[in-house]
Amino acid sequence: MELRIEDSQLVKEYINGSEKAIEVLINRHNARLTGFIYSKLGDRELTEDIFQDTFMKVIRTLKRGAYNEEGKFLPWVMRIAHNLVIDHFRKNNRMPMYGETESFNIFSMMGDERLNAEKQLIKDQIDSDLANMIRELPQDQQEVLEMRMYKDMSFKEISDNTGVSINTALGRMRYALINLRKLVEANNIVLTN
Amino acid sequence: MEKIYANKKDRCKLVKAKPETIEFLLNYSKSLKVTEAKGIKFESNLN
Repeated sequence: MELRIEDSQLVKEYINGSEKAIEVLINRHNARLTGFIYSKLGDRELTEDIFQDTFMKVIRTLKRGAYNEEGKFLPWVMRIAHNLVIDHFRKNNRMPMYGETESFNIFSMMGDERLNAEKQLIKDQIDSDLANMIRELPQDQQEVLEMRMYKDMSFKEISDNTGVSINTALGRMRYALINLRKLVEANNIVLTN
Repeated sequence: MEKIYANKKDRCKLVKAKPETIEFLLNYSKSLKVTEAKGIKFESNLN
């Protein structure tokens, strides 16, 4: 059975000079903290920055001997991350604040993002037309187009998955789009909602 | 179109900080020294 050292013990060891202890703490809470920050920001690069700033603050506080929340390491770290996220929004004025007034109702801002019945029908038709046209493409072009557009894969990932060079994958994508445009024109299909 | 979603199931990776970020933090930790003089704490970075 694997022996798990408690966070509080690792914190003590780190304060007493064990650099290994902070490595264990960072790796132990990496996914949880990154997920927490990402859920607030929705941006991978920013998440990375806030994660780094959070642990820099943790390290400084521990080294200065200013940590006094023994046994509650993760909530403390999360709180630091949360405050840094708030700071980020403040700095960028990106935290929208709405107050209800006589002329403004908060519910007017809270739209239902679902399409109405007519737009849904049009969207279904477009999806179906597009799917039929994609099926007309050569297999290799279909494959690249589906990976790029539907699975959001990078050309490097497509190259790794299909065993062709990045340039070949780019070329296939280019021809897939050219051929799709030809099919759209040839069939007089309107692909707008 | 259903085959689009069934080809590779391991594409969804857990969001985690990059190894370079962890490496940076560990180096930062090693290089940061806090010294105290007359009740005031001084931070110095030995990099």
